[in-house]
Amino acid sequence: MTEQESPAPGPDASNDPGQILHELVSHLRGERSSLRQEWARRISDAKLLSVMTSGEVFSEVTAAYDNYVSVLETGSVETLKTYARDLSERIIPRGVDTDEVLGIVLLLRDVLARSLFDRYQEDRDLLDRVLDVYEPAANRIAVTVGVSFVEERERVIREQQVAIQELSTPVLQVRERLLILPIIGMLDSQRARQLTEQLLGAIQSHRARVVVIDITGVATIDVTVANHLVQTVEASRLMGASAIITGLSSRIAQTLVDLGVDLSMMRTVGDLQGGLEEAERLLGHRAAEAEDVASPPVVGG
Amino acid sequence: MRVAVLRQGDYLIASIQSDLTDSEVIALREGLLERVGRFRCRGIIIDVGGLDVIDSFVARSLTAIATTARLRGAETVVAGIRPDVAIAMVHFDIDLQPLRTALDLDEALEALDTATGRAGAHGR
Amino acid sequence: MGDEVLVSISSDADLVAARAAARALAEQLGFSRTDATLIATAVSEVARNIVVHVGAGEITMSRLVQDHRRGLRVVASDDGPGIRDVAQALEHGVTSHRGLGLGLSGARRLMDDFDLRSGERGGTVVAMTKWRVLDELERLREDRHADAGSIGEAT
Repeated sequence: MTEQESPAPGPDASNDPGQILHELVSHLRGERSSLRQEWARRISDAKLLSVMTSGEVFSEVTAAYDNYVSVLETGSVETLKTYARDLSERIIPRGVDTDEVLGIVLLLRDVLARSLFDRYQEDRDLLDRVLDVYEPAANRIAVTVGVSFVEERERVIREQQVAIQELSTPVLQVRERLLILPIIGMLDSQRARQLTEQLLGAIQSHRARVVVIDITGVATIDVTVANHLVQTVEASRLMGASAIITGLSSRIAQTLVDLGVDLSMMRTVGDLQGGLEEAERLLGHRAAEAEDVASPPVVGG
Repeated sequence: MRVAVLRQGDYLIASIQSDLTDSEVIALREGLLERVGRFRCRGIIIDVGGLDVIDSFVARSLTAIATTARLRGAETVVAGIRPDVAIAMVHFDIDLQPLRTALDLDEALEALDTATGRAGAHGR
Repeated sequence: MGDEVLVSISSDADLVAARAAARALAEQLGFSRTDATLIATAVSEVARNIVVHVGAGEITMSRLVQDHRRGLRVVASDDGPGIRDVAQALEHGVTSHRGLGLGLSGARRLMDDFDLRSGERGGTVVAMTKWRVLDELERLREDRHADAGSIGEAT
């Protein structure tokens, strides 16, 4: 930590990057009011954050400025990621685009760089050393913000994909302990697997004892899907739930028999209505047994 | 302690907390069957909620416990099989039909009450 | 943990470690919870096969990368007497003279690819793989890297 003598008052002409960093951070903090305003002005000139009112932009700018300078100061990866995540979480819901996020971060970088130019312009040599410290730090922030923004969007998209997939096959709770899974359309192996997971998850969260799997809307099934169906019934049983298959067309029934599927292991009923009645019987049966013998049995439905 | 076994009335409740070695599974089986004889238990609940893998050996052991216990007058219910574990289990070529199952401990108690003909006991 | 894991198998306590290692690697490679359980269960089956029939062996688990899909490969090997009739061993429900199922048929159904070889002078190697298809976002990223690769971009 060498301190060189400088003829004029002003910036410390040190060679130590740590010292330089400390210096420039103090300067940026000291100038924060005017630099924030400058930043807000440039954002508006560039027509960025147009979805926000100028009041909202100002409060964003206020929060972000101090964070930015802190991150410059500590260079801590954790603080950097938190800053980036924080920024994304605040503005993504407002419909801000990636290029705008990067745009405003780069504008701040420019505003602060100009300020450093102004301050150290007397000493070209010192200015170079200051920029040697400032530039990598500021660029690292820009890259991290950009990348984390993209990652956040991808996370949201993934969540939405899962939600869409699940919506396409809703598991319905009809009444306590009873779930219906209506399957419509083409069933392939992947979809069958996803349905099984969804159904078992629903059995767990709804504490279902009977599930009615209605395949009225399924035209044909192949051996893989047939096996998935059998596995789903068995897996449901392992979780304490009985499964009833309804809507079995005679065509599908024949396919299953031809494939060697043991239909006697599955409870099957012709139509959904019949299946629900059977389900009620199963549930009512257990409710009746659980009561004292003296009481009359509970009527299902 | 990997397995906790308690007696509740004339039921035994075995709670498996974490993954067991084969020897521990065998010891559990012997311990349960011994207690069934000693205390003349009417029911056994094996709570496997703490297991995130049940392979064919464990599955066969559970079935063996159920079959042997029944010979000694006790019904067995296995409770707490997780969805992903259930999916794995149906890939085995083992007949799991003899195994009575329930979603959790509460359901298992109710199932035992029904199976032992004492529905209405335990405040249900 | 890197992309390859080796577990030596010589006692039933090692099965616990093997299961845990399999699950951890599966999760690290992005497999779903269900698939991770299937993989761990299959590993348990082949590991037990080693302990029960041979006494000692090892299991290596590694990552496979292919266009738009990722695999977890498990290789279980031992220096035992070998399986004389491989076809019979894989038939379900076959039990050895000790009355214990070989468990391999279960492992085969749990995994996607499955191969079993016994050497002429003994030794058995079971190689099995579970695949997962990359989702759209991962595929896009992979394609992007393939394009950028020519510019020498570091990941």
